[in-house]
This record gives sequence, C-alpha cells and structure tokens, in this order.
Amino acid sequence: MAKLHVTTTINGEPVEYLCDPSASMLDVLRGPLGLTGTKEGCGSGDCGACSITVDGRLMCACLMLAVEAEGKTIGTIEGMAEHGVLHPLQQKFLEMAALQCGICTPGVLIAARSLLEKNPDPTEEEVRFGLAGNLCRCTGYDKIVRAVMETAADMRETVR
Amino acid sequence: MNDMSNKWIGARTIRPDGADKVTGRAQYSADYTMPGMVWGKVLRSPHAHAVIKSIDTSKAEALPGVKAVVTAKDIVEFPLDKSVMLGIQDMRWMCRNVMAREKALFHGHPVAAVAAISEEVAAAACALIEVDYEVLPHAIEIEDAIKPDAPILHDFIKHEGKPSNIAGTMVLKTGDVEKGFAEADVVVEHTFSTRAVHQGYIEPHACTVSYAADGRVTIWSSSQGQFMVRAMTSLLTGIPQSNIRAIPAEIGGGFGAKTIIYLEPVAVMLSKKSGRPVKMVMTREEVQRATGPAPGSLMTVKIGAKKDGTLVAAEGHFYLQAGGLPGSPLRGPVGCSFAAYSIPNVYSIGYDVVSNRSKVAAYRAPGAPHGAFATECVLDEIAEKLGLDPIDMRVRNSAKPGDKAIYGATFGDVTFVETMDAIRKHPHYKAPLDKNPRPGVKRGRGVASGFWYNAGGESSVQVNITEDGNAVVTTGHPDVGGSRASIANVVAELMGIDHSRVSVIIGDTQTIGFSNLTGGSRVTFASAMVATASCEKVIGQLKDRAAQIWKIDAEAVKWEDGMALPAGDNAGKFPPLSLKDLAAKANEMGGPIGTQVQLNTTGADPGYATHCVDVEVDVDLGIIRVLRYTAAQDVGRALHPSYVEGQIQGGVVQGIGWALSEEYVFDKNGRVDNAGFLDYRMPVCSDVPMIEPIVIEIPNSKHPQGVRGVGEAPIVPPLAAIANAVNDALGVRFFDLPMSPPRVTARLDEAG
Repeated sequence: MAKLHVTTTINGEPVEYLCDPSASMLDVLRGPLGLTGTKEGCGSGDCGACSITVDGRLMCACLMLAVEAEGKTIGTIEGMAEHGVLHPLQQKFLEMAALQCGICTPGVLIAARSLLEKNPDPTEEEVRFGLAGNLCRCTGYDKIVRAVMETAADMRETVR
Repeated sequence: MNDMSNKWIGARTIRPDGADKVTGRAQYSADYTMPGMVWGKVLRSPHAHAVIKSIDTSKAEALPGVKAVVTAKDIVEFPLDKSVMLGIQDMRWMCRNVMAREKALFHGHPVAAVAAISEEVAAAACALIEVDYEVLPHAIEIEDAIKPDAPILHDFIKHEGKPSNIAGTMVLKTGDVEKGFAEADVVVEHTFSTRAVHQGYIEPHACTVSYAADGRVTIWSSSQGQFMVRAMTSLLTGIPQSNIRAIPAEIGGGFGAKTIIYLEPVAVMLSKKSGRPVKMVMTREEVQRATGPAPGSLMTVKIGAKKDGTLVAAEGHFYLQAGGLPGSPLRGPVGCSFAAYSIPNVYSIGYDVVSNRSKVAAYRAPGAPHGAFATECVLDEIAEKLGLDPIDMRVRNSAKPGDKAIYGATFGDVTFVETMDAIRKHPHYKAPLDKNPRPGVKRGRGVASGFWYNAGGESSVQVNITEDGNAVVTTGHPDVGGSRASIANVVAELMGIDHSRVSVIIGDTQTIGFSNLTGGSRVTFASAMVATASCEKVIGQLKDRAAQIWKIDAEAVKWEDGMALPAGDNAGKFPPLSLKDLAAKANEMGGPIGTQVQLNTTGADPGYATHCVDVEVDVDLGIIRVLRYTAAQDVGRALHPSYVEGQIQGGVVQGIGWALSEEYVFDKNGRVDNAGFLDYRMPVCSDVPMIEPIVIEIPNSKHPQGVRGVGEAPIVPPLAAIANAVNDALGVRFFDLPMSPPRVTARLDEAG
C-alpha cells in the first residue's frame, strides 16, 4: 500500500513524513524521524516508556497511528528541555537520583509533566496514580514520587 | 581513605550519565543504526516440546528482500558429552538456547532467523520457513517434570541411574541432622512453592551488528558485560575475540538476566551471510516467552529449635526449574538459606529440574529469595510457637566471625545482628498497628532476613589525566544503577579535585582491559578497589614529577587537595604544583599521565539484610497491600548514598511483585499465557508505598573505602517478610506464591 503524507508539529517544529498506514507513531518517531528518546518497552500501551503528548494530552506513542499526527502538536522528551535548560522535573530527577537505568525516564518525565500541568499540587497518592501507567523496574518508585512532589512544590513557589 | 568526613565519597552528586538520560539522548541497544542496515527476526517454535526433523528455508530465501537465513547449522555446536564453561554458563546449553538443535524445548525456542530489508519482510520470510516437527508430550511444572512417567527432555540426563529431568544436584551438609532434630524441643516443617518470575527489565533485548568485509565484527548491544558478549559470541560463531568489538550500549535494566546473550551470535551470522549490518530487537512477547526468567521452585524446609530459640538442626530440599536446558541457580537456596545462622546440623540439597519452559537466567541473588522464603517463614513459625520475638530469636542464632559457613568459607566480619538491631530500634517495629481497622480488613506486621554471598572478581580501570589537568576514568562495567556516579565520587576524592573535573565512561572490549560481569553485587566493590589502585599509581606519577621539578626525593612529596606539596623537611620550600600545572608539563617530563590497573579483586564479604513490613488484607477480595516497608542493610560504605538507597528500594519492590502478583501462567499446550505487561503484573507506582532504607555503614576492612556489595541482598527477605506479615494479619500461613487475590481467597476458604 502506498505511503501516506503527514504534516504535523513536533516539539514546536514543523515536520513532514511519509508513513505506512499501519505504522505507529512510535515507529515513525524512532525510525525515520530519529527521535529515539521515546522508548519501546512493550508495544501494547502497558509500560508507558513511549509516553508523548498529543495536543497536550498524554498518550502512548505505540497505541497511536502515525497518520493520526496530521495537524496535531506532538511533544516528546527531546523537546522537554528548552534552549539547553532542563525542565525543573529533569533537573530534580538528576538531583534526587530518581532514575537508575533510565529507560523508563523519558516516559516518566513526560507523564509527570502532564500530571503537574493538570494538578500543580498533587498528593502522594495522586502522583502514584498519575504515574501508574509508567512501569519502572529499578527504583521502586520512591525517589520518582519524591522528585515529582518536590518539583511541584518548587514550581508553585516560582509561580507565586 | 575510609574517612566519613570525606568531601566526595558519600556525597549525593549528579550522575555522569544523568543529563543524557533525562533528555532522551542516552543510546540504548535499540537506538543504534548503521548505513545499509537490514533487520533480523527469529522464527520460534510453536510447540513446547518437539523433535526438529527438518527445516526447509528455500521459500524464505526466495522471498524478495530477504538477505540471509540462519539455522542451528550456522551456530557452533558444542557436543553434549563435553562441557565447555564460560563463567557459570555451559556452552553446550548456550548453543542450544540461542538456536534449537535436536529439539525445540519450549514454546518460543528459536528455530531459525532471517535478515531482510524490513521487519515486515523478515517476519513474512519467517512464516515461509517449513519446519517438520514431531510433537512430543511436554512437562511444565516441577511436579509434572519429576513424576515417574514424565516426558523426558534429554536422553543424556540420568538421575540415580535412570533417565530423568533432574539434571543435577547440589548438597551441602554439616553435623548430623537426625541427631539434631532428636535434640530439638520444637520442629517445624513445611513445603513451599514459588512461581517463575521475570526480571522485568523495561528494555527488550536488542543488538546492531556489523560483520565487515575484513571479517571484523562490531556489536552494539546492552548487556551486563560487554566481555561476556564478546566471549560468548566468539564461542558460538568461531570468530576470534580479537576480531569482535563489543560496544556496551546503555542498559535498560538487567537484574541478572543480561548476563547471557540471545541475539548477538545470530545477528553476527546473519550479517556475515548477508554482507550487511543487522539489527535485531525482541518484542515484549518474545522477552516474556523466551528469555529469563528466574526459576519457580518447590521446597521443603524443616528446622528444629530448643525452647530458648537456639536452632539445632535444619534441612532443606530445594527443587528449582532450569527451563529447557540445565542450569538453575542451586547455590542460591542451598548455600544461602541457612548461611547467616549458626546451626550445628544442616543438610541442604538442591535439584536442577529441566522442563519445557524458557531457560532460566540470573535474577538478583539467584535462588536466594526462594530459599529465604521457605526458611524465614519456618523460623517465624518457630518463634511464634516458642513465644519469642522473631528478631530476638534470629539474633540469638546469628553466625559469628570465625564460624565456618555451610558453603565452605570462614566468616570474617558478620554484620547480620546490626541489621536486626536497626529494625528493632526503628520506630516502625514499635509503632502500634491497628490489626482490625475496618470490617473485612486485617493488618499485620512481619519481619525476615536475608543473606547473599557478594562477589569480587576481575575489573580494569583506567585513569587518564587530560592535557588541561582533569581526570577521565574508563571502567569495563555496564552501569546498571549508578556505578559511574560512585566511581566519580571515589576518583574526585582520591585525586583531591572537584567532582566536576572527573568524567567517567564505560569502555568497550577493545579499549579497556578485561572486566567481568556487572553482577553478583560486585561492580562498585571491585571497580572502586581498582579505581583506587589506579589513582594511587597516577598520584605516584604526579609526585615523581613534582620531585623532579623540585629536585627532591619523591618520598618528600605529598598529594593533597589536587596538588603536590613538598613535605617533611622541605615543607613550604616550594610553591605547590597543581594537577593542571603538572599536566601542562607532562610532555617535557616523560609523557602523558595515566594508567590502567587490572585486578582480580577479593575480600567481598557477604551482604546481610533485615526487613520489616506492614500489610493490609482485604479478606473478601483477597487483595494484599503493602502499607509500610523498612529495609535495613549493611552496605559497608555508601559511596553514593542515593544509588545505594535506590538499590534497596528497587530490590524490595521487585520482591513485593514476586510475593504478591507476578507469575507465569501456561495454557494446556505449554504456552505462556501472559506474555505481556498487562497480564504479567509487576508493581506499578500506585501499588506500593515509600520504601524506607536503613543504610548501615560498617566498613568492610578488606576494601579501601569499606564497600560491601549492595544490589542483591534487598530482594532476599521481602517474600518471607510479607508472608509473615500476612500470617500476623490473618493467622493463616501462605506456603505458595504469589499471594494474589485468587490464591488468597482460595487459601482463606480452605482455612475456613
């Protein structure tokens, strides 16, 4: 089957690509677009390693067809730091050692940013449920939850 | 050097690989590509047990876009009658695990592989390969595999003179158990079972391989040892190690399971035959069906004690799954279960049971959590029967320095009691617990301990001083959880320079000396020891050069705060020479400054851990939740406390999954029925509470910084600690894991 042409926006930049109708967003991000920061852990939407945002909404890139990006605004981990300055979540994850192997980290960061945009002052339980779609096998989640809560507190302070 | 007031050792510095990992720039095994690259796919057995009578690959080879097909004929065969070992792996089994030879031994066993211009074409070609199977009856569970009339997997395996699926045994004993049990006032014996659990790393196995026109091979893959990748690939392809460069990608979790390989030799042969670089990436389903897991077990443990709680005899029978080929981790339960206790009469035997499941792989303290589950639950019941505090009883029986361990070693320092004291004194242990908070809900508290051997072994570390006077450190170990961060701290401390001036990288097989696996809780222990020796050599070079400049003896120079200073009678006679000063003069004074040290390290004392957990049981739904968890461990010295805590927290949560939710489910045809993260249920963030680590630092006298291995001991106690807490809540003991809702409700119905 012929490839389809898609025009979209990724991390604030206009992007065009050709893709098979059956290709997932994850296939296109990691393949032709070379955005390998988005990881594939399961391909079935269970691990969250491929978390991205689509028009601001949190999605698993493996569950989205690449053609669905037409006219949308996609956010990936490569766009989280701006002009070389880390997002407060990224900085806090480093300071609080909220990663070990790091394979889940891009997805966790994208999901955590999404969570804090909706809920700037989450309880521990809200953070735990907010990140329940992101498997991490290394950390036991403790330092991740603490880093997200501390970042939220810092960001509220900055806003004030 | 083991000064708690150190500036960098013990500091919570930012890890050297951190910025790349939070921005998506770190390259894991599936993130590499090569010009002209094609894709490899594996054809896997659709049967749990079958003779492979013939394989016809002609239709696949004829499919447009197919570049090469590989079968067992392309992999070096190691005959069944002669063992060839690489570390603890027998190449007879490894060659048959990467590609089925005489038989397919489990559903998902590789049978052939294809390289093609796309993953889709490769998959289509796999479907065109015609394999003539003679399907055989299968055995999955231990009980089925050891029955007298069980289907026999391997004709060459004999047990007690008869064909058997028991591929081997391991026995450790001391004293006379019969005499010991006769002296006991109380004897408790139970049979326990645990299910196979997957290591559950989020990164599937993957590699990109280039076999170049000159016969030189480059492998990009993630593993727990690039040297293991090189050696095993060399053995399985016949290519000399000098022609294989194994480049370690960032590793997305391993937990022991990436101490062996699956894809690399297959990809090398596909690349050789096709003349193209080949990339292979497993799907999650392939990972769950055909890699790892940790074995399931069937265990009977019997322990006898005097009225005062003194243990007098212990006996353990541990059956562990090996998977389709021999090699379960018997030394875990057989050696560790009773090791931390001083028991005069012990008999401990393990059985290596083959059955039609994927070959097991190491998982954090391999085999030890199984044995501790059985032993620590029996100990809990003895304490309960005798009316003793379970920790007091363990303290009374702790092994002592100078005792001979059941596995042969003589204990040096034993810091087991310190872990138990830490729990006894912690507010958690004394906190009131409302055992009946709501109707239908019960709460309980449990404790358990754990022992793991730890390891030393071979490591190489380079320390090179840059022309501008900073330090670049190269180690030979994949970093699974912060080892670069720890080594950066050590080198900054010893060189006396700011942490920001130290860069730590991981070398590939052709750029750093041999370094053994990242496993056995050995890497920070060994590489800190070798990095220390490297720094001492470099500091020696620096002092020599300062002495030459000042025209004094090298012994009259000391190294402090990153500077050479004249010492003794010469103190204050010359201005200090900094690392930068000496680096700038390097070439006029004998050349570059730097060294590589390679050692076979020793002195890794065992790891001890004691855990305390509160659980809540919904009696109607059978749901068990962990409410509070405290884990005490002696780590010797925490070079980077955050990553030490992280090892403990991560190990505990893996243990929680093992205890409560994770298990392999098979259908009647012997196929894994839950080969994905939806149904293979690992703990998610909302399943667990904060995990409080108690990091005890009693320096290991045999290590320059006092380090003791950390990574594995934390997964040993949780299974029993949680089962003991559930017993405290319900007054019902659970002998079978996982304590998942269906099993809990069934057990409660059975217990009335």
